[in-house]
Parts: sequence; structure tokens; C-alpha cells
Amino acid sequence: MIKLYDYVLSVNCYKQRLLLSILDVPYESIPVDFYPGWEHKSEAFKKINPLGHIPVIDDDGYILWDAHAILVYLAAKYDPSGQWYPSGDPERVGETASWMLFAEGTTNTASAARLCVNLEYDFDLEACQAGAHRLFRVLDEHLWFQERRGLDWVCSGAHPTIADLALFPDVILSEEGGISRMDYPALRRWTDRFRRIPGFVTMPGIFPASPG
Amino acid sequence: MAGMAGANGECQNRAVLDQWHPLGAIDEAEPNVVHVTRLLGESISFAVTPEGRSAVWRTRGDLAAGMPVDPESVAGTLPSRCEFLYVWTSLGDPPERSFDIPEFFEPDRRNFNACTIGLRTSAPRAVENFLDMGHFPFVHDGLLGSEPRTEVVDYNVHVDGDTNEVWATECQFWQPAASATATEGQMVDYVYRIMQPYSILLYKSCPAAPERMDLIGLFVQATSEEHCRGHMFLSLIDDESSIGHIRRFVQTIFAQDVPIIENQNPKRLPLDPQAETPIRSDRASILYRRWLSDLGVTYAVIPAA
Repeated sequence: MIKLYDYVLSVNCYKQRLLLSILDVPYESIPVDFYPGWEHKSEAFKKINPLGHIPVIDDDGYILWDAHAILVYLAAKYDPSGQWYPSGDPERVGETASWMLFAEGTTNTASAARLCVNLEYDFDLEACQAGAHRLFRVLDEHLWFQERRGLDWVCSGAHPTIADLALFPDVILSEEGGISRMDYPALRRWTDRFRRIPGFVTMPGIFPASPG
Repeated sequence: MAGMAGANGECQNRAVLDQWHPLGAIDEAEPNVVHVTRLLGESISFAVTPEGRSAVWRTRGDLAAGMPVDPESVAGTLPSRCEFLYVWTSLGDPPERSFDIPEFFEPDRRNFNACTIGLRTSAPRAVENFLDMGHFPFVHDGLLGSEPRTEVVDYNVHVDGDTNEVWATECQFWQPAASATATEGQMVDYVYRIMQPYSILLYKSCPAAPERMDLIGLFVQATSEEHCRGHMFLSLIDDESSIGHIRRFVQTIFAQDVPIIENQNPKRLPLDPQAETPIRSDRASILYRRWLSDLGVTYAVIPAA
């Protein structure tokens, strides 16, 4: 069974739990005492991932780290529909890769701001918040144009991709980092759609979509 | 009326300045190193010795964060004490003793900090949320409550005449997973005790020892009027669960509360009884707000007119 080195309050670990739940893949969560133990920085953990960060998966001896890389692997291996990582469609693969790189930006701004506020990480909070707003503005406008074209997700096509999945946790938890989504209506509608995907699970701080 | 803060946001409210305030868990502070935090709108530094003695001072340039320091050599320090897992200080004239937790010293208890989490709200909003049972089934569904069992049974509140602490007693709530060890739903007994304006303790039925109580504290460090850090104190009788397992349970609960607490506006707690409409189950918070007024607390609150 897949082992996921996991921390309940980590957005990047949540991304893996989300995809595994949506794809209905059983896995074992191996809890890492991220805070206050900083176990991911321990010498023992660095034998698993020398970079000292989570998540990491161990799929029957195959070890992979980096949240967005793991999403690619899990979707490529465990999604028989081939929709979450649309490898058969070069244009959609390109779009997925592009928005996954964009999601590195939201992780490094919106989710970094959350670490500043909640756990007092020594980042420049105002710079993180300003960076997140710059990216949210771009994403909100993109999603607005997608809606005009009858599309619900960041990439073209009728089905969400791992790019949506990589972006969603950074966006939905942004208020914990002091980043309001008040000014991004298309972004808010997209988070509502995302929460209605079959197999969706929450993490602390995220509530399910309201019925209806 | 603006809150009781000076031009740079520092606190000018005597009732709050004279309290003891937590700065951080002793166990989480590397010894003999300068740690910098904020308290009541000011930058405050502290260090602990390996033996658990502390020094606290207003941050200054020659002792920057991360620098090695012998805490006992620092001059010009503020009052400080290491007690109940945390380093405490005061920016005024604090009482000799803050409050007592006799249970803490029982030999079979496990005492530890579950987490310290920063919140974008005022300290008394955090205390009041901790005091509220009504939100359990909605915010902590499946753990501390579950629909349709949403009733908050009537309970009693009083201010203790000797200690001037707020108590809410004979509280009961049905909980599907009351603790890290719970395997089935149960009616759980709660007693709340507010010892200081920003510090609260919960006494809760203990699954491992039915005649005793587990203690869960929320000691709040008001970093400014509208920001705080919550230190989650645990004193449990539980020799089964790993500390990691208990921490994950508590951190999950805490993180579920974050969006609820942070979306309460205004962020400072209004003390005017007309400002927000209470219901019957809010009797503890009604008394808490009145008690804050009586103590003369004006910082991190909106005082009654």
C-alpha cells in the first residue's frame, strides 16, 4: 500500500490526500511531527528525503517527494480515465504543466503567508500577501474567461486536472494568511465547484460546500 | 472609541499590563539563545537556561534573535517566571502569584504544549470561542459534536469570591470523539475556569480515570489588539496515546476553529451587552464580558459606552 509521509495541517500533504481520495486509492498515512517536533528536519527523516520536506510517498519501495511531482505520478498511475493528468492530449498536458508551475507560486506566497501567521515562519509576510494577490488576480481573470467559454476548470476540457488540485488548497486557506478572496468572484465560484467533486475531502480549516 | 493603545500600538491599559502573559513553551525554546516575540504591541525578547530559568526584556539591538546569550547575565529585565510549561512576563506590576493549577503536579499526569498557533483576531475572541460549546457540532463535526445532538444543556456560571475567577460548571455535551483515546460517543462533563483576562482552562471528563479530570488550557498571548498567539496547554491522565497522536488530535481541533474565530467582526471583543445578541447557551461569555469590564480591561476589547 502507498505510504504517505503526512502532516494534518500541511497544504501540500492535503493535496495528496485529496487526489488519493478522489481516485479512491487506499493509502497509509505516516504522521510526521512537523510542528512542534520539526521531525521533517531530523537526520532520520533526511534519509527518506534529503531536502527535509513533506510530503513524500513510498509506493511499494518507489520513493518520490515534491508535492506537485507526486500528483503527476499518482494521476499517471492510478487514474484509469486519464483525465486528471491528460497525458493523451499534448495541449492539455502543456496547460496542466503551466498551471502546476503557477501553483508553485501560490504555494510560495499564499501558503507561505499562512505559515508566517500560524507558525511564525520568518518570511516577509507583506511580500507574500502582495505576491498572492497578484497571482489571484491573474487566476480570477483566467477563470472568468474560462466561464465565458463554458469551462469550469483552469485547463481546457470538461474535466478538472491536477492543476486545479494543486491550486485549490493554497486558495481556499488563503484567509489564514490574511489574504481575502473578496475581490475574486470567479475564484470563489471555482472553489465551490471544486468542493463538489466526488471524493472531495476536507482538512481542518476547510468546510464542505453547502448543499444545493 | 479606539482601543487602549498608544501611538505605536503599545498597550496603556493598567489592568492588562499588570497581568502575567505567556511568551512561548519552555520546551520549544532552545536554551541560551535569544528568542524574539511580540506582546501587547511591543517587541519582547526572552531566553531560558537549560535548567528552565528565564530572562525577558524589551528587544534591543545588541541582543538580536538567534544570538547566544546567558539569560542570567542580561541586565534591565522584565519580571519573568517559568511556570506551567511556559515563559511568562509582565509589562507592569504583576501579582506575586498568577493562578494555581494543583493538578499539574500530580505525578501521573502528562503535561505538554500541544501547539502554539498565531491567530488574526484578538485574545478575548479566542478565549470566548474556547468557552463556547454551541459550535461543537457544526465546526468539530464527528469529534466534539455531531448533528442533530446540538443542545447545550443549561449550566451554572459564577465569579469566585476569593480568586475573582470566572467559572462555568455542570456543563455537559454529547461528543462522538471527545479525546484522542475515545472509541465511542459519550456525554462529557465540562468545567470552564477563566483565571486571567486572556487565560482559560477546561476541566473535562477523563476516559482513563472517571473520578478525575483532564485539563486543557488556552493561554493567549495578545501580540497586538487584533492579533494573538494561542498556547494550548495539556495536562492529561493518559498513558496509552503517544504525544504525537494527542497533538494531532488537538491541532486538528484548533485548526478547525481558525476560520471561525478569524471571521468574527469586529476583531476586538465588544463588551457592551447590546453589541452582540447572546442566546441562553452564551451565559458564560456574557459573564466573561461583564467580568472584563469590571476588571477595567480596555485592551483588545471595545469597552462598553
